[in-house]
Amino acid sequence: MEWEAVIGLEIHAQLATKSKIFSGASTAFGAAPNTQACAVDLALPGTLPVFNGEALRMAVMFGVAIDAEIGRKSVFDRKNYFYPDLPKGYQTSQLFHPIVGPGHVDIELKDGTHKRIGVTRAHLEEDAGKSLHDQFPGMSGIDLNRAGTPLLEIVSEPDLRSAEEAVAYVKKLHAIVTTLGICDGDMSQGSFRCDCNVSVRPKGQEEFGTRTETKNINSFRFIEKAIKGEIERQIDLIEDGGRVEQATRLYDAEKDETRSMRSKEEANDYRYFPCPDLLPIVINDDYIDQVRDSLPELPDARHARFMEQFGLGDYDAGVLSAYRNLADYFETVAQVGGDAKLAANWVMGELSKFLNSNDLDIDDSPVKAEALGQLLLRLKDDTINGNAAKQVFEAMWNGEGDADQIIEAKGLKQVTDSGAIEAMVDEVIANATPQVEQYKAAEPEKRGKMLGFFMGQVMKASKGTANPGQVNKLLKGKLDALCD
Amino acid sequence: MSLDRSDVEKIAHLARLQIDEADIPEYTQNLSNILDLVDQMQAVDTSSVEPMDHPTDAVQRLRIDEVSEENQRDKLQSVSPAVDLGLFQVPKVIE
Repeated sequence: MEWEAVIGLEIHAQLATKSKIFSGASTAFGAAPNTQACAVDLALPGTLPVFNGEALRMAVMFGVAIDAEIGRKSVFDRKNYFYPDLPKGYQTSQLFHPIVGPGHVDIELKDGTHKRIGVTRAHLEEDAGKSLHDQFPGMSGIDLNRAGTPLLEIVSEPDLRSAEEAVAYVKKLHAIVTTLGICDGDMSQGSFRCDCNVSVRPKGQEEFGTRTETKNINSFRFIEKAIKGEIERQIDLIEDGGRVEQATRLYDAEKDETRSMRSKEEANDYRYFPCPDLLPIVINDDYIDQVRDSLPELPDARHARFMEQFGLGDYDAGVLSAYRNLADYFETVAQVGGDAKLAANWVMGELSKFLNSNDLDIDDSPVKAEALGQLLLRLKDDTINGNAAKQVFEAMWNGEGDADQIIEAKGLKQVTDSGAIEAMVDEVIANATPQVEQYKAAEPEKRGKMLGFFMGQVMKASKGTANPGQVNKLLKGKLDALCD
Repeated sequence: MSLDRSDVEKIAHLARLQIDEADIPEYTQNLSNILDLVDQMQAVDTSSVEPMDHPTDAVQRLRIDEVSEENQRDKLQSVSPAVDLGLFQVPKVIE
């Protein structure tokens, strides 16, 4: 039987506010335990929440960016459950009147087509603290620094049909929230995490199968693996005559499998009700228009502009526009270097290679965008050739100075003096009798390839500084003359 | 609408309240009375009244996003029964 997967995702994006959603405690990551948990976060008697306006603005930014309905009136509700890292005994969230209503994002599939994915809603809520179970024998340690950090929970429609589509959707949302600057997007620190609802049904069947929810997956790769594994598990189960149980599952990255965390029988009854400690949030059209006017250029728009303005291909434009910092970097290089295609090649080629092998982000690149642009200028005005440019780049990466300093210090200036090049060419030909004989003996159409050896020798003799075009022309002329 | 014994036991469990077996009939009656009162109010025609989200008709004021709280861990943890390495300690809980 042919099966079809149905996937819906819930993404929790930590909003990049300075202070918490309902208190003035800091949200900075990595502080000593409980040093950023104030009386409100600890739910001490007599405290009351005061809502952070910046969390509201960020949520509205997201809503506007995905073309969603914005709740003119949204209300906080209490989601009641007991767990030690939730001191109030309830999480303040939004169930009935979320700040962001239905919207959508478009994802690009491997075959180049686009698919529109519905976003059901996005609501504001507070994060819980952290429980550490391995610290003390028989006891759990509770760190409430994270308690009260603002989250935007983004709920998709069950529109996704494969792990690949799910990852494309998550990446698109990640690009949007980081471009908006409302979330740092750091998945390894839990700033952006994903719960996956997965079910399968025979292809063509209208109604959904029983779904499972896999919680808190924190990398793009794990999302893909967890969903693929869960789809296979459910299909195997049904084909072997079993039934999928509605359950919450945990993804174990080490074993690459999901396992049951709790079944529906033990499912929580959250008894949501409007939070009496907080008043309804009311915003008007002016507020929404102001937020809309403040939006930066979004990844899709930048993608289209890179193709149109710079003549980049679809793929290159997509890669370079997905992240704001990378896109900004590229645009600066293109502007300073005066050649967008060359800039794209260098940013996606040499720079990416160095960043990846050193496990660095674009922000941490020791070669800044202006500096790379200066290097490309020297390549464009023929001061250096491509080979030398790579040497200069490596030296810049190692902090040896700017492009001009390095070109000077290493003597990499391209030799375009035809007399000097001719002398080197003559010397190489004179010292390579066997190769010259082979060249002469070869069929004329095969000689082109054999030129490579001589090119290499001359470039070596010039320490990479000879103008390759000139060398090629001189070599060919002289060698072909020998053949006549 | 009236509750039965198992409803009361479930509500008590969800609220993590330990209740005396002997008191359950009384709780059942009291809680049922509250629901009966709600039922009675349902009889009023409210179709032309817009529901309120809060008893006061005010709207939420917004706080400026500033860190205004200092670290007061020692003071705040002085009322905690068990603390070590800056962490609150609780009986081990793993789901």
